Amino acid sequence: MSDYLQAERAQEWREALRKSMKNKDRTNISRVVMPEVDPEVRSHTYDEVNKGLTEEMAVNEAHRCLDCVDPTCITGCPVEINIPKFIKNIERGEYLEAAKTLKETSALPAVCGRVCPQERQCESKCFYTLKLKKEPVAIGHLERYAADYERMSGDISVPETAPANGIKIAVVGSGPAGLAFAGDMVKLGYDVTVYEALHELGGVLRYGIPEFRLPNDIVDIEIDGLKKMGVKFETNCIVGKTISQEDLREEGFKGIFIGSGAGLPNFMNIPGENLIGIMSCNEYLTRVNLMQAADPESDTPVYQGKKVAVVGGGNTAMDAVRTARRLGAEKAMIIYRRSEEEMPARVEEIKHAKEEGIDFYTLHNPLCYEGDERGRVQKMQLQRMELGEPDQSGRRRPVAIAGETVWLEVDEVIVSVGVSPNPLIPQTFSGMEVTSWGTIVVNNETMQTADDMIFAGGDIVRGGATVILAMGDGRKAAMAMDAHITSRQ
Amino acid sequence: MNKIIGKENLSEKVVRFEVEAPLIAKSRKAGHFVILRVGKKGERVPYTIAAADPKKGTITLVIQRVGKSSEKVCQLEVGDYITDMVGPLGKATHIENFGTVVCAGGGVGVAPMLPIIEAMKSAGNRVISVLAARSKELIILEEQVAKHSDEVIIMTDDGSYGEKGLITNGVEKVIQREKVDLCVTIGPAIMMKFVSLLTKKYDVPTVASLNTIMVDGTGMCGACRVTVGGKTRFVCIDGPEFDAHLVDFDEMLMRLKAYN
Repeated sequence: MSDYLQAERAQEWREALRKSMKNKDRTNISRVVMPEVDPEVRSHTYDEVNKGLTEEMAVNEAHRCLDCVDPTCITGCPVEINIPKFIKNIERGEYLEAAKTLKETSALPAVCGRVCPQERQCESKCFYTLKLKKEPVAIGHLERYAADYERMSGDISVPETAPANGIKIAVVGSGPAGLAFAGDMVKLGYDVTVYEALHELGGVLRYGIPEFRLPNDIVDIEIDGLKKMGVKFETNCIVGKTISQEDLREEGFKGIFIGSGAGLPNFMNIPGENLIGIMSCNEYLTRVNLMQAADPESDTPVYQGKKVAVVGGGNTAMDAVRTARRLGAEKAMIIYRRSEEEMPARVEEIKHAKEEGIDFYTLHNPLCYEGDERGRVQKMQLQRMELGEPDQSGRRRPVAIAGETVWLEVDEVIVSVGVSPNPLIPQTFSGMEVTSWGTIVVNNETMQTADDMIFAGGDIVRGGATVILAMGDGRKAAMAMDAHITSRQ
Repeated sequence: MNKIIGKENLSEKVVRFEVEAPLIAKSRKAGHFVILRVGKKGERVPYTIAAADPKKGTITLVIQRVGKSSEKVCQLEVGDYITDMVGPLGKATHIENFGTVVCAGGGVGVAPMLPIIEAMKSAGNRVISVLAARSKELIILEEQVAKHSDEVIIMTDDGSYGEKGLITNGVEKVIQREKVDLCVTIGPAIMMKFVSLLTKKYDVPTVASLNTIMVDGTGMCGACRVTVGGKTRFVCIDGPEFDAHLVDFDEMLMRLKAYN
């Protein structure tokens, strides 16, 4: 891999670019700021919050990248995008080439450019961060720029695929893990079919992440790209229910990749949690995103509370509370048992939420709910917390402050305290090892399960992580499954 | 897209459809349900499978007009397509030779009860079916039920057919007359609540098939949650059938009105 990177870096145009500007001048440029829709305007619309960089901004930001000899940024990327190559292509104005570079290893660049936690991945390994103690190159913003440029140019490249080898591969779930896996396998010449339980493709990209953060059109275009490469998709088909493991074998599938996700919401099991108006973040977001319940023409209803509390501090909680704001909540609140510092949500999501007027009740933990005579939630009791010693996760453990409780008036509550692996596959498949948490056990290097024809990745293995980690798993599994199948021929 | 190849009005409000769904027809068992969506703006709604013909590749659904979404389905005609259909969902009914089984079906609940009656009968049980409705016109599938039952008792609220009285009167009569090893009940939540209260009094194990609000039907959303034995369970993946004596029917009745 490193030979390939060095050979790419040694190309004449890259050398010429490096010489065209002094490193000191590059490092003196300050990091680009992503243009955003005004918080007051955007909290009433579904329009995407981040507007994307202008061409001038993108080229200027690309100048900051030093095209390092040892591009440490790549080590921070779960799908190992050749980051300097795509950025230098932006610097020289070859935006379509930049997009092609992204697609060498990423099945969903326009998605990743929007939802990846770059500050914890590539950008945390940028030379600026590690050595210069300056703000990193805005790799994520540039990724989005290149992917969007290609999309809007109408000149969307379809990655080359190897000649068809006729070997049938099944993918369970069309979320990020399954799509990344499918993209890599079809490039290698396999005959790939993706099975999706819902009526729309994309998994969490569709039902989970809201329009204002990841427009559905973007997901459609990325999936279209995979279709053009030859990936087949079957919606409304639940592997394990509609078709069984045996059916797949009988139909001649030689490999199965399971990316069925963490689709089982956790509740806190506290009194009153089943009152009307209290729901999981999955239910809330699925109603709004997948079923478009906020559209008056949609048959699917959704609560449009005025005093909405969202319990949790992750990205999904931020998505839910910001959605509630857009659906007309006058008071939209985050209830989180630790302090803001421990919140798992991306810094950008917290910032956006605050700008949109979301109230943060940190160091508060729900104790119970009370409703009216029709069973509709009216108020919730919160326990005030303080931070104690660090726990196993390294975060300071929240401890209840004895006797300090408070009642909060609410008319809708969204519980976003994590998800568990969806049990359908573990319940209906045999031959795999499953943990007591319900996750599928795999070899961490190959993503292979105890059944050597079945591989798995994403949240069904991790129990609840990010889009890009799921994609990384899909890539790893594709490489390993290809090696496994090839070695047996 | 699933093509409708048969349609029959069972009563003024109840329609029976035969729908092409070869994979579901092959894999479904008694107790399973499907989720349907009609039109691009349609809602996802669960319906229990009433019968299947794996050779023909069809399943039978019996749908009562109760609201916008069921009305949309009922307006479809032979040759039309259901936009989306997925299944079979839920856990299949636990079938074994229990001895004597009372199958208490109310209104349109008789339709999902039919495959359970069939399966219980072929497992060697003595099957006594109690069918109940408000009046004669609303009693459905009596002939099919009779084919697989040792005895059929009909109850109507107004006495226009069978005996006058509620389903609980019919069930109680059987329990007082002979030893009943299991009761299965499917129907409106309020009916199942009272059947459950009755059988609890006589200590007859009872299974109820719950029909809650759902979105995805695969465990993802939790809209269907119910309290069973003090614990929150999901009807879509843990059910739809539960030990009726442990189900908090009052909470379920309350939650069914969430969007009314």
